Amino acid sequence: MSPSGAELLRQIKSRIDEIDPAAAREQASNGAVVVDVREAEEWAAGHIPGAKHVPKSYIETRIEGTVPDRSQHVILYCQSGNRSAWAARTMLEDLGYEHVESMTGGITLWKDRGYEVEVPRTLTAEQRERYSRHLLLPEVGLDGQQKLLDAKVLLLGAGGLGSPAALYLAAAGVGTLGIVDNDDVDLSNLQRQVIHSSERIGIPKVDSAEQTITALNPDVQVRKYALRLGPENIMDVLPGYDIVVDGLDNFPTRYLLNDASVRLGIPVVSAAILGFEGQLSVFKPYDGPCYRCLFPVPPPAELAPSCGANGVLGVLPGTMGLLQATEVVKLILGEGEPLIGRLLMYDALAARFTEVRVRRDPDCPICSRAPESISDEEMGVFPDYEAFCAGAH
Amino acid sequence: MATVKIPPVLRPSVGGEKELSAEGDSVGEILQAVADMHPETRSQLFSSDGELNRYVNVYLNDEDVRVLDGLDTKVGAGDTLVILPAMAGGTV
Repeated sequence: MSPSGAELLRQIKSRIDEIDPAAAREQASNGAVVVDVREAEEWAAGHIPGAKHVPKSYIETRIEGTVPDRSQHVILYCQSGNRSAWAARTMLEDLGYEHVESMTGGITLWKDRGYEVEVPRTLTAEQRERYSRHLLLPEVGLDGQQKLLDAKVLLLGAGGLGSPAALYLAAAGVGTLGIVDNDDVDLSNLQRQVIHSSERIGIPKVDSAEQTITALNPDVQVRKYALRLGPENIMDVLPGYDIVVDGLDNFPTRYLLNDASVRLGIPVVSAAILGFEGQLSVFKPYDGPCYRCLFPVPPPAELAPSCGANGVLGVLPGTMGLLQATEVVKLILGEGEPLIGRLLMYDALAARFTEVRVRRDPDCPICSRAPESISDEEMGVFPDYEAFCAGAH
Repeated sequence: MATVKIPPVLRPSVGGEKELSAEGDSVGEILQAVADMHPETRSQLFSSDGELNRYVNVYLNDEDVRVLDGLDTKVGAGDTLVILPAMAGGTV
């Protein structure tokens, strides 16, 4: 007569090794791989930190992908210690693993002992659909998408560079976008500032940008700063942001931003455009050079084209703004080679990219020093500050 | 003969050219040759003591000549010099 299920389980448990949660916890810290064999919804409700997840019904087909080494010490657990016993038998007797144990009492006993449980954050069904093309990329995936949703990015300007950057960062699910801009939408902006639209002429750019972003992706929280960044407010605005996207149009504020971002340790993804050409670099404090290492002093006003109105090919800030957005996403994900210590130049007419190296200046007046030694008074200061770009706002 | 890339802000001073060819064996000689051909660039490139202005970066291929030998850096025939003044033109 065939044995009952309970009898069979007893037989199986007598053929495998079991391990108490206390011992399992110790072995896990010694390098044993802990595998949760429960169903997906049980895993999602909370699991042992650092555990892998292979449901019992997939042990035969998937455990090799998770634990390729058959001599590896593996500890299996489930809710109460029964399913993990079955799975241990399969791994030992059918798959040839050498050192597999089933944790007695499962995660129920683990929790009763007061040991830590990790509850994984999950995306809503709508988010899984919205970000499905990200989730398919190994470099992004669920972890990367969570990083994007957790990220706080500050855009300086909702203009030529900020418009495309904000649109794509919002679409990518960057959870918090701060926007600093004190201008209103003007008809002459619309040739390039694609986050705005004809019916929004005359309204503040931060409000117009917020409307577009919210319509595109309700996951994004928009923080609006209808002000002009200056020494009196920069230390109120920047703290708390992970990355700053700089599309500033004038040198004094660029130096001010540099000094504040070095002091706060916030990387700045910086771009500038003129005519048919653009420049791009990432200034990550203490990992690479800062803006002052690259340009210790600004050019005289006659060589500083930002001091007056200049022409710009409408698509060029689109290109440069999206290169900025790409660098931002890379920094958030920690993937790829960020443009740190490199300056990329784009010549749109020639369709040519050129790159030069930027070195940290060991004598840099700002980033050669400890961040806490940078005072309010010296931030943004450079020779001839008062005379510089007189009349430029 | 080296190639010198001219940035947008200096192009009005060189007749609108994006690139020039100039003779010289060092960075200093080549930039002097540019200034001789186009006198308006002299004050933009050089300070009164004959050094490179601090707001102008010059790269030999992709390396800042200040971390090489400055104006004395040797330049080969196939090399490219990139002149790069700071640009700030964002959202206007």
